[in-house]
Amino acid sequence: MSAHKTSAKGLCSHPGETRFIFPQKWLESPKWFMILALLAPLGLLGQEGDGGIDTGDTAWILVSTALVLFMNIPGLALFYAGLVRSKNVLSVLMHCFVLTATMTLLWLVCGYSLSFSTTGMEQGVTNLSSFIGSLDLAMLKGVSGDTTEGTIPKLLHFAFQMTFFIITPALMVGAFVERMKFSSVLWFTALWNLIVYTPICHMVWGGAGGYFADRGVQDFAGGIVVHITAGIGALVACIVLGPRKGYPGAVMMPHNLPMTVTGAAMLWVGWFGFNGGSALGANGGAASALVVTQISAAVATLVWMFIEWIKHGKPSMLGAATGAIAGLAAITPASGTVGPLGALAIGTLSGVICWYASTAIKQKLGYDDSLDVFGVHGVGGFIGTIMLAVFMAPGFGGAGEADFSISSQLGIQLHAALITAVYTAIATWIILKIVAAITGGLRVDEQEENSGLDQSYHGEEAYND
Amino acid sequence: MKKIEAIIKPFKIDEVREALSEVGVVGMSVSEVKGFGRQKGHKEIYRGSEYNVDFLPKVKIEMVLSDEKVEEVIDAIRNAANTDKIGDGKIFVVPVEQAVRIRTNERGEEAV
Repeated sequence: MSAHKTSAKGLCSHPGETRFIFPQKWLESPKWFMILALLAPLGLLGQEGDGGIDTGDTAWILVSTALVLFMNIPGLALFYAGLVRSKNVLSVLMHCFVLTATMTLLWLVCGYSLSFSTTGMEQGVTNLSSFIGSLDLAMLKGVSGDTTEGTIPKLLHFAFQMTFFIITPALMVGAFVERMKFSSVLWFTALWNLIVYTPICHMVWGGAGGYFADRGVQDFAGGIVVHITAGIGALVACIVLGPRKGYPGAVMMPHNLPMTVTGAAMLWVGWFGFNGGSALGANGGAASALVVTQISAAVATLVWMFIEWIKHGKPSMLGAATGAIAGLAAITPASGTVGPLGALAIGTLSGVICWYASTAIKQKLGYDDSLDVFGVHGVGGFIGTIMLAVFMAPGFGGAGEADFSISSQLGIQLHAALITAVYTAIATWIILKIVAAITGGLRVDEQEENSGLDQSYHGEEAYND
Repeated sequence: MKKIEAIIKPFKIDEVREALSEVGVVGMSVSEVKGFGRQKGHKEIYRGSEYNVDFLPKVKIEMVLSDEKVEEVIDAIRNAANTDKIGDGKIFVVPVEQAVRIRTNERGEEAV
């Protein structure tokens, strides 16, 4: 959470010590200085002293928490549900809905602690605590309404980060729809979140002493933590599971595109909370994140649309919606460190490359990443994670310091992205083998797949007349 | 008695229904059907996956008439449903052996 903390503290409007920890570059930038000057009087009226709760920051993160939860249910649930055949629509909704419940409990029991406990962490020291948190915050032990994390209640930090813990495994659902046993889905996502999400989250966002944080890795809102992990996990899962019966020859058209577009629009709006909220404060950093998020989504929508228009002769609604999600995923890691120019570039690249990954590459390699989790989220996450090293440079309007080096940051970002990808791939493969042993095979049987999972696994149908 | 089955373009159903009322047809059954003839289907592309949609939506109208009404009804349907484009549909005429009104047990042309 290095980026989180810089921006949250950097623009803090409290009276007291925090005011004097500004990095030199903020003070030298007239833009930030003006924002600071405008906010200063508010700070003097503030309710709390140093280390207290800021009501403005708290209000914004409360809203952001709701926005990110809204991204998963109903946003992502509808986005995915519209893309499957009508016999499987409830199973997809069920996955997203029930994951919201199971991951909430898992986060409470130990997920938050493994991700964000700082016990044993020391800046510049690599030890076990650099990779995984301890269990001392399990069941929110010792956390009350007065406990703070920066300028917000620690309980709110718990809730906000919980929504990321929920949506990351839910993103992977798109890779294994229409063919994975419900019990396997529950085991897989729970184990995956504990074994993949929590350590990567801790290494990036756990604070000083985290393995990636200490090496200067920038991941503002989850390009590495959310999109690369989910994208690679999804790719491995769909390969291990095998394609849907009949793929790629059989007709597998989306059963309800208005549902998908509704979900995509909810995701777009919710992303303001995802990226804007990752500033962990109501400040200029949040506003900047929100603006570059919008720019990237807009340009990626248009790029994807024009590619289809030129290549297929018609600009499709599904293409426009998919482009938007690609642009949103790609800007996520960069949204705290790049300016409008970086957002335009990252949005454009995600439109082109994610389109290529989801169509040509997928068809060529033959894996059935059914709803393009890897092609859109995984590839988008990579693009943002890598390209932020370029567009963070002050010359491109980014937040890098005057002595910022693109090449050294590029090395840092690549290192983190590749380690995360390799670790995620190996861990996901092992988890799937374990889950297959627990549930007696990951896949539904052929008869159940033909009938559809709604009827064979949930005993109901989506459309009864 | 004859049964007429007309398969037409869906957007023409209101015009055809009006034309049939004008020539004195007092009842019919209508259903949404899918199929193809010389018009063939079309291509749809979802994220780069191409699907040939062979079956196009059409509307099927069915009615049973006395023999002497048949030509008049055929003309009415043709005039109303014709767009001079491929895919306008077809009309089939088939003999009917018997008709029964369930409520009264009337038989034959009395029942239609």
